[in-house]
Amino acid sequence: MIASRRSSRPFWNKRLLIVAGKGGVGRSTVAAALGLAGARSGLETIVVETAGRGDVARALGGRVGERLAEVELQPSLRHVAISRRPALEEYLRQELPTALPAALVARSRAFELFVDAAPGMSDLLTIGKVWELVQRPRHKPRARPYDLVILDGPASGQLVGLLCAARTFSSVARVGPIARQAAAIDAMLGDASTVGVIAVATPEQMAISETLELQTVLAERLGLKLDGVVVNRLFAPRFSAADRHALAGAPDDPTIRSARWYDGRAQAQRAHLARLRRGLLGVPHTTLPFLFTPRLGLVDIEHLADRLAGALA
Amino acid sequence: MNHLGGALADKRVVICAGAGGVGKTTVSAVVALGLAAQGRRVALVTIDPARRLAEALGLDSLGNRPQPVETARFDVSKLEVRGELFAMMLDAKRTFDELIDVLAPNPLTREQILANPIYEHLSTAVAGSQEYTAIAKLFELEHSGDYDVIVLDTPPSRHAIDFLQAPDRLTGFLEGPALAAFLRPTGHAARAAGVMFAALGRLTGVGLLEDMTVFFQLLAGLLEGFRRRAADVHALLTSGTSAFLIVTSPEQAAIEEAIFFGAELDRAGMRRAGVIVNRMHRLDSADSDAMATGARLADALGAALAKKVVRTHADVQRLARADHAAAERLRAALNDEPICLTDRATDVHDTDGLVDLQAELFGEPLREPSGSPA
Repeated sequence: MIASRRSSRPFWNKRLLIVAGKGGVGRSTVAAALGLAGARSGLETIVVETAGRGDVARALGGRVGERLAEVELQPSLRHVAISRRPALEEYLRQELPTALPAALVARSRAFELFVDAAPGMSDLLTIGKVWELVQRPRHKPRARPYDLVILDGPASGQLVGLLCAARTFSSVARVGPIARQAAAIDAMLGDASTVGVIAVATPEQMAISETLELQTVLAERLGLKLDGVVVNRLFAPRFSAADRHALAGAPDDPTIRSARWYDGRAQAQRAHLARLRRGLLGVPHTTLPFLFTPRLGLVDIEHLADRLAGALA
Repeated sequence: MNHLGGALADKRVVICAGAGGVGKTTVSAVVALGLAAQGRRVALVTIDPARRLAEALGLDSLGNRPQPVETARFDVSKLEVRGELFAMMLDAKRTFDELIDVLAPNPLTREQILANPIYEHLSTAVAGSQEYTAIAKLFELEHSGDYDVIVLDTPPSRHAIDFLQAPDRLTGFLEGPALAAFLRPTGHAARAAGVMFAALGRLTGVGLLEDMTVFFQLLAGLLEGFRRRAADVHALLTSGTSAFLIVTSPEQAAIEEAIFFGAELDRAGMRRAGVIVNRMHRLDSADSDAMATGARLADALGAALAKKVVRTHADVQRLARADHAAAERLRAALNDEPICLTDRATDVHDTDGLVDLQAELFGEPLREPSGSPA
């Protein structure tokens, strides 16, 4: 279902798509589906995970690579998991004179202390690696370039910290190479022709509220708009008003209770979806159906990918 | 089916932990309500409640202190609240400021720390600062002796374990040899640190390093206080009167997280008071004959609606079977019979919803059983 075809605009020409949303709404599933859709439309695509859980890799039947390895999951689709220490070592290898072994510096307690305490530094390493993946040519020697980088980011609150890390760091360290790179990262993140943000929500109160808050915060702090909202796990309406009346009067048994539960949930979801639509400022949004398959397989992700490619392209 | 019942009767601290998005905040509110109903004086510390939940609890002010919840707002015909309920929303920044207030050796140091730009960042943005302040608040409330029991909702970190590690991370950070090297480099450490600082200075410019050194010098004055506080918190969390409730949904990722967290708690010598699986789909235990059910429903509802009802029930049962398999896996892994809470059609955020869920969680039937038995 394409809820507002009128205002939809293509975003497959973005270089970085950030997938945002509250915990537990299916962010990784949507990131995996977007990755698949991107790869199938002919883009060299990589999905980036930062939470260290490997959900996207698992969903697409792959493994999680170690130490920033860019692992092929499907043709034209790769995956990388960013964790702090390897990102730090890679960064230092590129920036330090060769006389200083990067691994040794990265493991030193003094350096860890610095990364922990310097405002924005830890997040800056993560977003800096995302930035590096977007660069053409890549800064990393002999690394393959990508057309599309999809970031399966942390939950909304932490995501804003991650996206603002470069600015935070620049505000305390105005000079030096890191501050200069931070400025470049910040400039990229504020460039709506390069960066797109897709919010994932479920049709529930908290998830919808977070999505609307994210819309506000992105505009205020980064000057970005949401490029699309995916409402996940929507119950298709099954029962009419007359059905509802009949169910209310039917004898109470497990079958009837299941039907009432389904209908009650479907109705509540519609109300939450309506609130989202009222609050979204002309942002294209699409819905994904609730799947009664308890564990999503590759086939289900492919199905979602087709829907997303159709709805958001 | 397992219930919480009186399992928390001797507890003074109850911490609800689990992955984000499993309904932790609601469950902690329900636990607090149930304990108040049992006659205790309860303080509930929530992190970021949904607006309607906040309203249900009367949490309209950000006081950073527990405010009394008017228990008359819960349907007294269904649930008698014999004790008292207080609730608050955690304000991480203010809690951190208050901690500095308590630990600073003198007013000047206190002012200098609060005004430092590095502190501003450390107290709000650093990963783990919300976890740390949640524990700091818990400790403060427990220490005050004003409440029989404190129920703590934990921050929505993707990894529940972050919460347990927060105090040690902060003190580890403050008392590590690295900080000493940062402050007064001598000998062997000084040479190593000198190399690091040269590398750092090259990358960040010296201004930031100087700012940080000043900040660490200020904070060093509080080190003893932080160390003592961390030891006290550890003693509190491992004492027999503190317990964790692991909250999860039946979804695979949340279950994995619950199993992992349960093992971590055991390793850390902390107690589990129960495992709660929220949002379980209702399993139809009667192994009914689909054909007969279909025929009976067709008589009562007409063929078209009956067909939809049968299909819907089959779908829901598919979910329910998967949920119960997940709960079983959790039981086997943690060697604890989980307490299952039924998925409601709508968000459980009003007072009626909380009362209902409370009955199911504690296994104490309401005075007037509602239409849908738990």
